[in-house]
Amino acid sequence: MSISTTELWIMIAALGLGTFLLRFSFLALLGNRELPDGLLRLLRYTPVAVIPGLMAPQIFLPVAGATGPDPIKLAAAVVTVMVGVWSKNVIGAMIAGVAVLSLLTWLAG
Amino acid sequence: MTKPFHTARSAFWRGFRDGVPFILIVVPFGVVFGVVAIEAGFTVAQSMAFTISTYAGAAQLTAIQLMSEGAPLAIVILTALAVNARMAMYSASLAPHVGKAPMWQRAMMGYLMVDQTYAMSSMVYERHPTMTLAAKTGYYFGIASLIWPVWASASLAGAVLGNLIPAWVPLGFAVPIAFMAMIGPMLRTLAHVAAAFVSVTGALILSPVPYSLGLLIAAVLAMITGAQVEVWMQRRRAEP
Repeated sequence: MSISTTELWIMIAALGLGTFLLRFSFLALLGNRELPDGLLRLLRYTPVAVIPGLMAPQIFLPVAGATGPDPIKLAAAVVTVMVGVWSKNVIGAMIAGVAVLSLLTWLAG
Repeated sequence: MTKPFHTARSAFWRGFRDGVPFILIVVPFGVVFGVVAIEAGFTVAQSMAFTISTYAGAAQLTAIQLMSEGAPLAIVILTALAVNARMAMYSASLAPHVGKAPMWQRAMMGYLMVDQTYAMSSMVYERHPTMTLAAKTGYYFGIASLIWPVWASASLAGAVLGNLIPAWVPLGFAVPIAFMAMIGPMLRTLAHVAAAFVSVTGALILSPVPYSLGLLIAAVLAMITGAQVEVWMQRRRAEP
């Protein structure tokens, strides 16, 4: 890990405090203040805007020294997402992904 | 049917019971977080401090992922907070229901807010408009009183028992699999699909941008895309 212990504790404190403030934000304000529609609409897409992009380079870009993406990871990723889309079930998709990953890793020996 | 929501106490236990199915989701994620945190170099104390203070699995895993990619501290914090920005929306949506509860209770509700507590409570509040304020907060704390200890113990189990996992288990890919599994169920509408598409292509094209800033830029573009597509779809539906 390239991060120092001090930085690690700063990160823990900042994320703990920042997350609490996001959660408490509108509960803290008295009364029924409404958020502007436009802002609500943007917030609705935060997880789906961050998480696929976080994963994409790991799946599609070659690792150092390779010419293409790792076929085993790619296959496991595709199966995981497809099972998730089809079943709408996070745990089912996780199990399918781990199964494909373990099987292909074992076969590639 | 409405009876369990009459008193704060009965609403609390109803919430507690309604939270039970979520154990199936919370336990694997907690364990994965614990294992991955130790792998990334956290001590058990650090991973527990992290999981208890932040109490948001997806953001915690995002932070660890970016840290192990060597992203600068500020980017790690900003991107993980971006994952949690939806909580502000949850907060705004709960406020009309529980805004009159004492400040300390609202602060506790904030700290304990996760996707599961929010989703179940807001659904029950809508369905039972006659619920008293005490019953509403009771229900919320009922779910939270189940989910929080389960999450904390699952994280601890992952952190402590993680090194017992045999070496041939492909742990390095545990976080990507956990995240990838979350993507499918997120793609509820065309707007979500469009946002995910922009997020992926944006992150790939912008991956050479220094300080892992590419992801943050891609995420902002993806949010705008999702919101815009939603507006278009509403307009199309409104047309005769």
